[in-house]
Amino acid sequence: MATSIQSSTVAADRFVNAVESDLRREGRLGALFAVPFQGGTRLSAILSSFGAFKIISCNIEPGHGTYPALSAITPAANWYERQIFDLHGLMPANYQSLDPLVIRKGLESDPTYKPDEDLSERRPDLSEPSVEGEGLFKIPLGPVRSGIFESIEYVIETPGEEILHVEPRPFYKHRGIENNFSGRSFGEGALLAERVEGVSSVAHAIAYCQAIEQLSDSEISPQAQLVRVIHAELERIANHLESMVRHCEAAAQAVAFARFSFYKEQIMRLRADICGHRFSRGVVSPGGVTIPTTLDLNAVSKRISKLEADIDSSVNLLMKTASFLDRLRGTGVITTKQSRLFGTLGPVARGSGLLEDTRSSHPYSAYRHLGFVPVRETSDGDALARQNVRIDEIAGSFHLLKQALDGLGDLKTPGDEWRIKLNIRDGESLGWAEASQGEVLYLVIVDSGRLKTVRQRSASFHNMSVFSSAFPKDITTDFAFIEASFGLSVAGVSG
Amino acid sequence: MPWVLKGISDGILTSKYPRKSDGYGETWRGSIKISPNNLGLDLSHVAKSCPTNAINIEQTHPQVDLGLCILCGNCIDLCGDIFSFQPDFESAKLDRDLLVVPETVEDRERLRAVRAALYLRVRTLRRSIAIRHVDCGSDGSEEWEISALTNPIYDVQRLGITFTASPRHADILLVTGSGSTGMIDSLKETYLQMPHPKAVIAVGTDAISGGMHRNSASTAKNGVDGLIPVDVYVPGSPPSPFGILYAILLAVGTISNRGKPC
Ligand code: SF4
Repeated sequence: MATSIQSSTVAADRFVNAVESDLRREGRLGALFAVPFQGGTRLSAILSSFGAFKIISCNIEPGHGTYPALSAITPAANWYERQIFDLHGLMPANYQSLDPLVIRKGLESDPTYKPDEDLSERRPDLSEPSVEGEGLFKIPLGPVRSGIFESIEYVIETPGEEILHVEPRPFYKHRGIENNFSGRSFGEGALLAERVEGVSSVAHAIAYCQAIEQLSDSEISPQAQLVRVIHAELERIANHLESMVRHCEAAAQAVAFARFSFYKEQIMRLRADICGHRFSRGVVSPGGVTIPTTLDLNAVSKRISKLEADIDSSVNLLMKTASFLDRLRGTGVITTKQSRLFGTLGPVARGSGLLEDTRSSHPYSAYRHLGFVPVRETSDGDALARQNVRIDEIAGSFHLLKQALDGLGDLKTPGDEWRIKLNIRDGESLGWAEASQGEVLYLVIVDSGRLKTVRQRSASFHNMSVFSSAFPKDITTDFAFIEASFGLSVAGVSG
Repeated sequence: MPWVLKGISDGILTSKYPRKSDGYGETWRGSIKISPNNLGLDLSHVAKSCPTNAINIEQTHPQVDLGLCILCGNCIDLCGDIFSFQPDFESAKLDRDLLVVPETVEDRERLRAVRAALYLRVRTLRRSIAIRHVDCGSDGSEEWEISALTNPIYDVQRLGITFTASPRHADILLVTGSGSTGMIDSLKETYLQMPHPKAVIAVGTDAISGGMHRNSASTAKNGVDGLIPVDVYVPGSPPSPFGILYAILLAVGTISNRGKPC
């Protein structure tokens, strides 16, 4: 691995200061993980600055129910603190909000839920309004929504038309995914990673596998790296097209809806044709990739070129349709300042002027050698900016795909190894990958040749925490556009 | 105007399925086939490598429970002589036990009875079908495959199938996900609000058995099976749009389980 990771442990009372001094140096909080450690808990803040990740940890003694709150210095920590309270019963000192996030109040059947009378009672009441005023309604949207959606509830506070506040409640579909990793073999871990956020199976599997591979001293073969890139980029295109489909649906652009959903289907079929699975599952595995059964490079290249041209012409048409653009312009603005404050990821970050993309900022695998096309700079921060980012990224993905296919053509010699055998040592390791939603992180702890603890953070989780910041200027009919322009997966948020 | 031209520029994209078979659907990795030449082989290492314990080697002949199988291919990697992928998207079944392959003669007998009972119950539905979907803890991929049914290729409206927002207008409930604890109440409520007759389809391995989340304390023991009465089981992680379409047609009896329209 090219990027080195610095890891340090500080005393609990030094934790906030240590993280703060790092954040001040242009870093961002990538994640906050809680891991069981010697009867107590180990908290690890993952910090990212250009080109490097850093882990700052502190150990919380057993029985010590609180820890110093990072949300005091960065709003990006708040959702992590709520999640850690839900899953581990650990309470941040001087917290800002502890509303249930991933586990609904009272679900004691979850063993990860440690009911602590005192803590639950101090939790703010669910029905407490966050915005006060006369004539305010609370409209619950979900968890069962009209249309084919993943289950999530948005509590919308509005005096009638304007949206004053949106509170996402993702806890309905929490599956306890992180506990599920413990004790599994490395291969099974990859299969489970593919199911954390099913629409970004490849990115999750890559992030997980890279964490595992880092614990061995071998690097996977160049052709395996290229096959991973091919599947990752096809996945990105499919996700971006899905976001477009949702936009067109919201804008009642029937023909555009049909076009983009047709292209998306073509991409899914192409994926199935080259690996047997429409979501490319079972391809990425620790040590490389499973042997491609059918991979006719010429045929794939041809289909890719045709799709690229078709998509490009429909995109051009759509982005000249004034009635469509009007719905996106100025809608759901996330300012550069907000983006930086929360350390947003993916298209949300790039639409508001941050050039955060782990494929170039923390390059991994074949991305280190392939020509990477960055998106055009835009800091408007609205739904239109995010849409433009996606359009650029689709073009960039096609470019990477062609390069990866060319590279494979040059490399492929019989007897080459698609998947190498790994000697995995015990220890802790961090893996990452860029999904279409943004950076995916995996913290993996291996003990006695099995997975001991796995913590994952999807970009959807991190970005959902700024979702409500996108609203104050918008009305209820903008909701569908803002949601589509964020393009998040609820499964990735709930865990 | 340019959009209108765009709309007609490609001609007809729509599949003719189920009237005619669709070449694509048949290349899909749909289920696991077990070669009959397996007597006396020690397959315990294969059974152990299965991430969802879908392989049963306790019987004289090994069996795979497609309701648990996530089609990961481990068994094929280890023992390609016995196990292979079957390109079969019409793998939905009307009975949970019938997902265990290879099927037996008694299975077929039972199927006949289950089918007759279901069709008697839903016989007033056959002309137009309104569908309600509830996600009960999926990984998000099943929703993509269900939405795909509205794209121009599958275009289920041509078959009289529509998606409805209100459970009170729904004939069929499509349930995805491993039965997350937080969704159980909403799922039951939606089911109760639907008028009779109604049919429930469990979409995907997670919904059928919990799949890899089976032993998670945050999900139901057997996916959504048992939470509400399930009529049709569609295996796959996730199943393909054709697989889901087949299940819908199976539920309303416009197709026989051999895949031919009836
Ligand atoms: S393909 Fe199915 S039966 Fe075979 S190992 Fe994977 S889950 Fe088990």
